[in-house]
Amino acid sequence: MENVLDVRNLTIRYRGAAEPAVRDVSFTLGRERLGIVGESGSGKSTVGRAMLKLLDTAEVTADRMSFEEVDLLRAPERQMLDLRGRRMSMILQDPKFSLNPIQRCGHQIAEGYRRHVKCTKAEARRKAIEMLEQVHIRDPERVYDLYPHEVSGGMGQRVMIAMMLLTDPDLVIADEPTSALDVTVRLQVLRILDGLVRDRGIGLVMISHDLNLVRSFCDRVLIMYAGRLVETLDARDLDNAKHPYTRGLLAAQPRIGGPRGDLPVLDRQDSWLQPHQEVTA
Amino acid sequence: MKSVSIRDLSVSFGAVQVLHDVSFDVTPGECFGLVGESGSGKSTILRCASRLTDGWDGEVRIGDASVREMPVRERCRTLQMVFQDPYGSLHPRHSIRGALEEGLRVNGISDREERMAQAMRDVGLPVSFLDRYPHQLSGGQRQRVAIARALILEPDVLFLDEPTSALDVSVQAEVLNLLVRLQREKGFTYLMVSHDLAVVDHMCDRFAIMQHGRIVEVLDREAITRGGATQPYAKELIAASLEYETAI
Repeated sequence: MENVLDVRNLTIRYRGAAEPAVRDVSFTLGRERLGIVGESGSGKSTVGRAMLKLLDTAEVTADRMSFEEVDLLRAPERQMLDLRGRRMSMILQDPKFSLNPIQRCGHQIAEGYRRHVKCTKAEARRKAIEMLEQVHIRDPERVYDLYPHEVSGGMGQRVMIAMMLLTDPDLVIADEPTSALDVTVRLQVLRILDGLVRDRGIGLVMISHDLNLVRSFCDRVLIMYAGRLVETLDARDLDNAKHPYTRGLLAAQPRIGGPRGDLPVLDRQDSWLQPHQEVTA
Repeated sequence: MKSVSIRDLSVSFGAVQVLHDVSFDVTPGECFGLVGESGSGKSTILRCASRLTDGWDGEVRIGDASVREMPVRERCRTLQMVFQDPYGSLHPRHSIRGALEEGLRVNGISDREERMAQAMRDVGLPVSFLDRYPHQLSGGQRQRVAIARALILEPDVLFLDEPTSALDVSVQAEVLNLLVRLQREKGFTYLMVSHDLAVVDHMCDRFAIMQHGRIVEVLDREAITRGGATQPYAKELIAASLEYETAI
């Protein structure tokens, strides 16, 4: 299978930090859905941002970091400007903060398209409205002209998805795409994203703190702890996870109808900071 | 142990009415949940009932006393609140000692050192942390400090406004366990806002589902798994949460 991403021994150190935020992380991504899971501060978002080279204040080193035929370690910013939003894009957590508040939703979608594809304004508008339809927005002409504060969180996130998928990218990084949404719309948004990603054969990296969400919307899962990869496994094997950290995260989640005794808590071990041994199935 | 009774609570912010005649009762020693989507008015109920927000109509009673008629010190010694974001609710330039001591000093309580040490032990933090500042603590430790600050005046009722939604599940488990233990040991009455039905199911005996500033339905915890809801929105919210859990 052709790799969309191939990353070997990625280490990221923020300027002025004593310890690297990410240490020796290796993974590949094909035309599949890959989850990156961990607690806050585990480095999962940092990895996502590094793929788009958005970390200009950090020192990024790796033995290899490539996106399709592009060597990301050597790609100049000029080339990245053409890649970002065209062949690789990112869906952020909260549409309240990630959409431009003073531009109409549709305009923002069309603008991204016109930046990368030569076409008339009318054509871009038509494309944007088509895309709004594909994210199940019932009245796309009307929503096109709304400002972000006039749409709900779930609709804002669908606008974001439309904007990111319009140029038919090969790689989408979704950083906590539904954690700012109410539970009643979360599944709907996830299913729309999932459907589009599958139909178009996009490589998806889903960054989340929620193991259970990743279980049903990803094929494979990377588990990160303190900047390190502690386990890599198929999503369907999560219940058989070997690493005590993964098992601890799963057990700590209260379940509806679950027992009411004390919730199991993590007993953090220093040995979790040791280099990750690839588990061979 | 004291009850909480809310009658016809209404409040408007400008032209927008945010709460419409909200009424419910929390029995002494109970954990009562408030759930609903963002903007439904859950936190506003806590803010009105604790008088952080004023200008509301209706009546809120803790035990026999109306919160409007309680002198401020008595109110603070009866009712305390734990906020959602432990990063925002502790003063960044006050040490933990400063945060805990303020309430004791205002209320003219002596043996402050001993009480602060006890509060730290109650929430499972080392007493030496009293000399730390919030930025030297993790999110879970900060939330423990916020809980210590709430219980140091020995209140009867704790208002919990999404006490764990800013925390990782692993840390959430620790804080929920702590809240359960404290309720058992000290007989607190909890009124807890949450958007997570799994947390409500774990903690609460009964809960109210809210939408657009109104209580849609008050349900027992068993109603989640046994399908006891009768109102359309309550059914929808429970179904969505169950689907989210099982689809996931």
